[in-house]
Amino acid sequence: MSNDEFAQHISGQFNSELEEVRSHLLAMGGMVEKQVEDAVSSLVNADSVLALEVLTTEKKINRMELAIDEECTRVIALRQPAASDLRLLVVTTKANIDLERMGDEASKIAKMAIKLSEDGVLPKGYIEVRHIGVHVCAMLHDALDAFARFDANLAVQVVHEDKSVDMEYESAMRQLVTFMMEDPRYITRVLNVLWSLRALERIGDHARNIAEHVIYLVKGRDVRHQSLDTL
Amino acid sequence: MTSNISVLSTSIPIRKLPQHPNELPAENICMVTKDFNLFYGKKQALHTVNMSIAKKKVTAFIGPSGCGKSTLLRSFNRMNDLVDSCYTQGQILFDGTDIFHRSVDVTDLRRRVGMVFQKPNPFPKTIYENVAYGLRIQGIRKKRIIDERVEWALKGAALWDEVKDRLNDNALGLSGGQQQRLVIARTIAVEPEVLLLDEPCSALDPISTLKVEELINDLKERYTIVIVTHNMQQAARVSDYTAFMYLGDMVEYSDTDTIFTNPGKKQTEDYITGRYG
Repeated sequence: MSNDEFAQHISGQFNSELEEVRSHLLAMGGMVEKQVEDAVSSLVNADSVLALEVLTTEKKINRMELAIDEECTRVIALRQPAASDLRLLVVTTKANIDLERMGDEASKIAKMAIKLSEDGVLPKGYIEVRHIGVHVCAMLHDALDAFARFDANLAVQVVHEDKSVDMEYESAMRQLVTFMMEDPRYITRVLNVLWSLRALERIGDHARNIAEHVIYLVKGRDVRHQSLDTL
Repeated sequence: MTSNISVLSTSIPIRKLPQHPNELPAENICMVTKDFNLFYGKKQALHTVNMSIAKKKVTAFIGPSGCGKSTLLRSFNRMNDLVDSCYTQGQILFDGTDIFHRSVDVTDLRRRVGMVFQKPNPFPKTIYENVAYGLRIQGIRKKRIIDERVEWALKGAALWDEVKDRLNDNALGLSGGQQQRLVIARTIAVEPEVLLLDEPCSALDPISTLKVEELINDLKERYTIVIVTHNMQQAARVSDYTAFMYLGDMVEYSDTDTIFTNPGKKQTEDYITGRYG
């Protein structure tokens, strides 16, 4: 299926309902993307004002989740969609959940940023946060792009990217654990950075989920819980 | 067909897609069309249809008006013989014999392959006589046997409880939904092997429709059912296999789950999602 096919239903109303659901999800995706970026920069720049902003926006994302869910349920009930239309709605509800979780993870990072700005900055760990942060933001961006363009190839790339985020997370954790052993005074603060890294890694997982949903949307094949080689 | 995941005491069946109907083993197949072409005069209405109808399953034909689905359905008991200009090429095998062969007795074929039409067409007789009619034609005279078969058929058509106290009332006094179930009872009274349903619910209200659908579900334990329907949700609900036809071609034929979640052909996709036009 391709991008412009919503416009081809006999029922114009149905066209616009599907288009709306889709664009609302993309709008929410854009917001979540900004949330993650802001959360990361609030942490690395010890900017508690920005962190507070992230926490406020989080509530907006929760409301969007509810609204999109309701829209999808309504369209399913009224239109009894089939095939690609059905897959679009099912995928939208699932991606909706993933986006909301990403929002939650971003606000966790913002909370850590507030704590760190109060406890004082650390000599280590920020580079890793910034690096992994940029990486998962790109993943999320690509996953949303793949959804917007019905691009299964891009989605497969995102799924593969998740592997390298996991590896970066592992190595950052090892470095920070070594650092804690060298200087136990920093343990509490390093732990806060570690939790943030953990949250970023989870955001990567959710971006991967969305990419897998996109593959289902385009190809009709459920690729969850499969090894990467089969993609 | 299914395996299970067990979680404590609950087990979740994992559905595997059923086999493609054309690849079923011979003992599970009821009817086969082989390179079947049908013409109305010069106009070709069916183009080289090759398909197998699975035994004791429900097969649905969907497609826009004039795509040949009713024509194909009516070929299965040679109803098209009644159309003067109609002639066919190729074969339809029923239990291994070609139904167009000279030796085939059409009356017997139509007893074995019963048909129900779009509009309920009970005879202007009593409810009892409507169901007993086919039996009398078969030469059954004993009242006890006819009584039993009438009751059995009406129960089979989920109508018995509604009419048991008024069997001698005129059938035309029944509601549309009841009339359609009466016609189904009349058809199953002669114990056919195959039931052909040509839009059996198109003249019925939603509740009667659901009753007939429920009935189809019960009947497939005993009969092979082939149904033509314009209502795609109905095809999705009642059938095991679905065939999508367009302009006399069998575009796609597969298990119903595949057709409605991930069809293989774009034409099918466009039709079932309402993009056709």
